Amino acid sequence: MSEILRVERVTKVYGNGILANDKVELSVKKGEIHAICGENGAGKSTLMKMLFGLEQPDEGEIYVKGQACKITSPSVAIGLGIGMVHQHFMLVDELTVAENVVLGYEPKKGLVIDWDKAADMTREVGRKYNLEVEPGLLVGDISVGLKQRVEIVKALLRGAEILILDEPTAVLTPQETRELFAELKHLRDAGHTILFISHKLGEVKELCDRITIMRAGHTVGTYEVADLSEADISRMMVGRDVVLKIDKAKAAPGEVELSVRDLEYTGDLGKKALRGVSLDVRKGEILGVAGVEGNGQRELVEIITGLREGATGTVTLEGFPLLGASIRESRRRGMAHIPSDRMVYGVAKNQSISFNILAGKTQDERYTGKVLFKSRAIERDMEALAREYTVKCESAQQTVGMLSGGNIQKVVVAREMSSNPTLLVADQPTRGIDVGAAEFIRRRIVAMRDEGTAVLLVTADLNEALELSDSIVVMRDGEIVAYYPDTGDLSEEELGFYMLGVKRQTKEEVSGVVHG
Amino acid sequence: MEELFSVIGNAAFAASILRVTTPILLAALGAAVASQAGCLNMGLEGIMLFSALTGVFVSSLTGSAVWGSWAGLAAGVLIGGALGALLGYLVLTLKTDATLAGVALNTIGSNGTVFLLYVWTGSSGISSSHKSFVLPDLEIPLLKDIPVLGTIFSGQNVVTYLAFALVLALIFFLYKTPLGLRIRAVGLNPDAADSVGINVVRMRYLAYILSGVLAGIGGAYMSMGYVSWFARDMTSGRGFIALAASAMGRSTPVGTTVASLLFGFTMALSNSMQTLSIPYELVEAVPYACTIVALSVYAYHQVRKSKKARK
Repeated sequence: MSEILRVERVTKVYGNGILANDKVELSVKKGEIHAICGENGAGKSTLMKMLFGLEQPDEGEIYVKGQACKITSPSVAIGLGIGMVHQHFMLVDELTVAENVVLGYEPKKGLVIDWDKAADMTREVGRKYNLEVEPGLLVGDISVGLKQRVEIVKALLRGAEILILDEPTAVLTPQETRELFAELKHLRDAGHTILFISHKLGEVKELCDRITIMRAGHTVGTYEVADLSEADISRMMVGRDVVLKIDKAKAAPGEVELSVRDLEYTGDLGKKALRGVSLDVRKGEILGVAGVEGNGQRELVEIITGLREGATGTVTLEGFPLLGASIRESRRRGMAHIPSDRMVYGVAKNQSISFNILAGKTQDERYTGKVLFKSRAIERDMEALAREYTVKCESAQQTVGMLSGGNIQKVVVAREMSSNPTLLVADQPTRGIDVGAAEFIRRRIVAMRDEGTAVLLVTADLNEALELSDSIVVMRDGEIVAYYPDTGDLSEEELGFYMLGVKRQTKEEVSGVVHG
Repeated sequence: MEELFSVIGNAAFAASILRVTTPILLAALGAAVASQAGCLNMGLEGIMLFSALTGVFVSSLTGSAVWGSWAGLAAGVLIGGALGALLGYLVLTLKTDATLAGVALNTIGSNGTVFLLYVWTGSSGISSSHKSFVLPDLEIPLLKDIPVLGTIFSGQNVVTYLAFALVLALIFFLYKTPLGLRIRAVGLNPDAADSVGINVVRMRYLAYILSGVLAGIGGAYMSMGYVSWFARDMTSGRGFIALAASAMGRSTPVGTTVASLLFGFTMALSNSMQTLSIPYELVEAVPYACTIVALSVYAYHQVRKSKKARK
């Protein structure tokens, strides 16, 4: 197989002085699926941005098919046969599939766009590569999996031979992921080259031929995937052995802290999102809520934390009714919430780390006098918290938006945990962040449990659900379909059966999660 | 009341709606084009004033009754496009705030035209001391002989026909041509447009220039069709009414046209009511009051719809 893409000693320093890529080397063969792995902030995204013309290298050379290239813009990249599927889809929801596919590349009939031809082109690429999508549908109306397919079709139609996929499975259900992998293998067999960026080592092992590992802006090396175990890969990514198992003592659950009874909720599109959910979370226990995303977990969390109204049933925190209570009231009574979307609900990204940790504590007389903030106390304590939660920064005055995902999440965790909650609702607390930060956050959650905090952990990550939870419920289609009081004797496979609806427990078994 | 109805029920009143709507419609289309590309053109008022003055000045300079007004229109369009480009340069290249840049342009438009008018004519109020020419009215064969319809639709100024032709042209441009699709894509999701190699800044420049051209035609019409002179602040808020019309019409050509006609109706009504024995100030306030009412109704409707969507 011949080399199609070569990166030689590429260095990139951002304006703020951050050395994102330091003499990076990469060699990709035609017709392979090549994984790029590394922690957040290892420089993967920067490298991909340079390959797609969104950033320019300061030093070094990029060769496409043996030719040295200056990739100065996405159109140059497209011209060289490089296509990219971004993590956040680059689609216009208000336009149709065909309109999105041909955008910037429109077939013409005289002065006007030839819509029939556009639809035909979309169908043709779809047929050829097993990526069929109905051209007339509005992109805003189709599923995430289909949107991703549209993105791939878009790139292929523009003649992409090298496809860059940036964490493509982060937004997909397990079924959609399987479909995507089949599609990608089909594309590889048709002679396309795929660069696959991922955090999920299992997926890399399953899908990829070779792997390039990056760490702290350097390339560690390129290997045949078959020669490495997941543990090998993770060791090279973080430069030490990541403990894939969390050490924790057996839980000693106390009294019921959070109690949910017969919770019913009908969602935006008239679909019943919650059908009579009942559960208890006890002090000193981590109750995991597992399930394929979109089975009511999000609604459950938003109703408990007060972000969503309109549910029936009861939710009580130590007997205090939470439905209809203000968020300030429920926080005052001991609730903390690590939201799933840190950029929307977690932080104010243009504000400092210090401000973000302080938020929610502004009523505290340690930090607020009669009129003004006590800035010295704030500075001292927030700085200390940032350090305690190992937020990588020069000072707590730095803007949150400048940090990597893992460090932003640590800021959120620092704020929520430092309010000494009696109930912590952690919604996807480690999604999309590097292994080191994820491990740190999991340890802190266990430590809180040991101090007697009740933790409701919602996660789509099976490993995390099994590793971190003391007991676990599985949600499917708005219902609790399984309850395991002890995760010790539960396998990933068994959990999958319940998540995907192969099995379900009886009402009696499920009702075990109601303790009081 | 009876008097009022006799005024409104008149074919001449219907004709006057079209006449009054013309400048609002043109400027509103300008606002709509900018908004389709995700840009705000707050400077419509200023652009209209400059174009109105330029049109009169150039047509007067030529001294030709035959083509002087056409040269004036061309000059007005040119200056409109140039000011659109200037706004684009301020907002897109120098990255100033679009609202502030627009307000600045309006302020310069209001005072700068008076200054230039004074330099040119020695009067700071009106240009009537210098003879300028108007764009012709068009009698439409056959149509003009049909009662009522003939009165309404024939004998309008050439720019009025042009304005409605431009509505069709804009629909064609935005929804049928590649460039139109790209402009809309840039407005809907600039990142998506950028990722397929569309130059977002260039598209937005184009939108600002088109916006300026459309407002420029509207401005030239004010001084060379609506009346035959330039007077200080003669646009009296039409640029802002146009923004409201574009917002109400969701920036689609058809919606914007319907909204513009609504505002045109209220202005025509206000003009006609001046013949009745109602206090002048009250009559003058009618279009602006209607703007507030219409916007409130529209906003109420939007809020209810989004609430429904959320439920």
